[in-house]
Amino acid sequence: MKQRRTHILEELERAQGLESMQAAIEALRDDFAVTHMVYHWVNSAGEQYGCGTYSDEWRDRYIEMKYVRVDPVIIGCYQTFHPVDWKQLDWSGKATRAFQKEAMAHGVGNQGYSVPVRGPNGQFALFTVSHHGRDDDWATFTDANREDLILIAHAFNKKALEFEPDRRPDPTSPLSPREVDAMTLVAMGYSRAKVADSLNISEHTLRVYIESARHKLGALNTTHAVARALSRGLIVV
Amino acid sequence: MLRYIYAQDLHNYPKLQRSMFRDRAEQFSHRLGWAVSVDEHGEERDEYDALNPLYVIWERADGRHGGSMRLLPTTGPCMVNDHFLHLTGGVRIESPLIWECTRFCLAPETDPRTAAALMLGGGEIMRCFGVKHYAGVFDARMVRIYRMIGSSPEVIGAEGRGRDRISVGLWSFTAEARRAVARRAGLSPEVSKLWFDRAFGRAPQPCMARSA
Repeated sequence: MKQRRTHILEELERAQGLESMQAAIEALRDDFAVTHMVYHWVNSAGEQYGCGTYSDEWRDRYIEMKYVRVDPVIIGCYQTFHPVDWKQLDWSGKATRAFQKEAMAHGVGNQGYSVPVRGPNGQFALFTVSHHGRDDDWATFTDANREDLILIAHAFNKKALEFEPDRRPDPTSPLSPREVDAMTLVAMGYSRAKVADSLNISEHTLRVYIESARHKLGALNTTHAVARALSRGLIVV
Repeated sequence: MLRYIYAQDLHNYPKLQRSMFRDRAEQFSHRLGWAVSVDEHGEERDEYDALNPLYVIWERADGRHGGSMRLLPTTGPCMVNDHFLHLTGGVRIESPLIWECTRFCLAPETDPRTAAALMLGGGEIMRCFGVKHYAGVFDARMVRIYRMIGSSPEVIGAEGRGRDRISVGLWSFTAEARRAVARRAGLSPEVSKLWFDRAFGRAPQPCMARSA
């Protein structure tokens, strides 16, 4: 991931309030150079909130009209876990077409890509990028940024879960001894082959240990994960 | 044909659904003797089927189940992290880029190419949905089948001996592995892509174009 994006997400992780999510999403929208970026949360009770760059009018209108029941992105992604391009969804119904027309009149792009996030206790969130542009350009964009968008979607959800009033203690487990070993050796600057050899595991398995440690540390890449593990005292070099 | 169906939509394919859960009972309860629960209709289900997993299913010409596997994100409850931590060195395999693949099942007397077709389906998902690895639990008998279709997992840990050996493994899917599996399945990438689009809708640019 690019340094700028990593930096924005590091700030997000340190932040204490909902307004910090708004600042982060605006900065990321600019960095990705897309028209809109939105994080939208729906819990099991049907309550919703989020942050993003859609206009206030569109957001208020969406809530007032209960468009969460019409929006094909919500309907198509609810309870699923694969990212979707908006072109893959069903926009054919009469109410849906009217909704789409209105959304576009409010500045929502003709293109969109949404990453669903399945959280604890029926919590559900969607992270969306939307843009005005041609199909082929959009396909190139989503293909190049898919992984970053998935990681960012989960970073936002992690932050949002911190703000749940009755949330349970952080379910994120500390690093296991094997992960600590792997991260320590990586931090010491050994090559992956050497680390895998020292731990008597394949490089393939090592990649997965590093990837799961990265996720638990809320980091965006290995370098970032190592820095974070060091600063939290989880590994000692 | 290959179907990709979330649990919430299975009811639209009653014959496929019924025969899949019955074939799972046949494989996991009767043949392998796993301690799984089979209901009064002879269908095997566990708690993970209730979490709206995504099934990749080979459907036979008569609409019945030929083989299947079950996918879940590792960021939520899943078998590997809930029950097999002792086989992963205590590591919770947890990432939005790693999905779990379990209940790999083949119907009795199914087309011999079914296993490879399922692997091909798994590969389409990896490529199009940004999945880097699958983690899965499998028994000794599957080791040979995976090798045969050219998609052997990396074993992280195992327990038990002989036929009772249970392993946790990881799959990645290189372009070469994908070609090997497609050859084994006897399926063209175009047909596979068509089935994928039928399930998930057609995205602006065929993601197939990249790897040609």
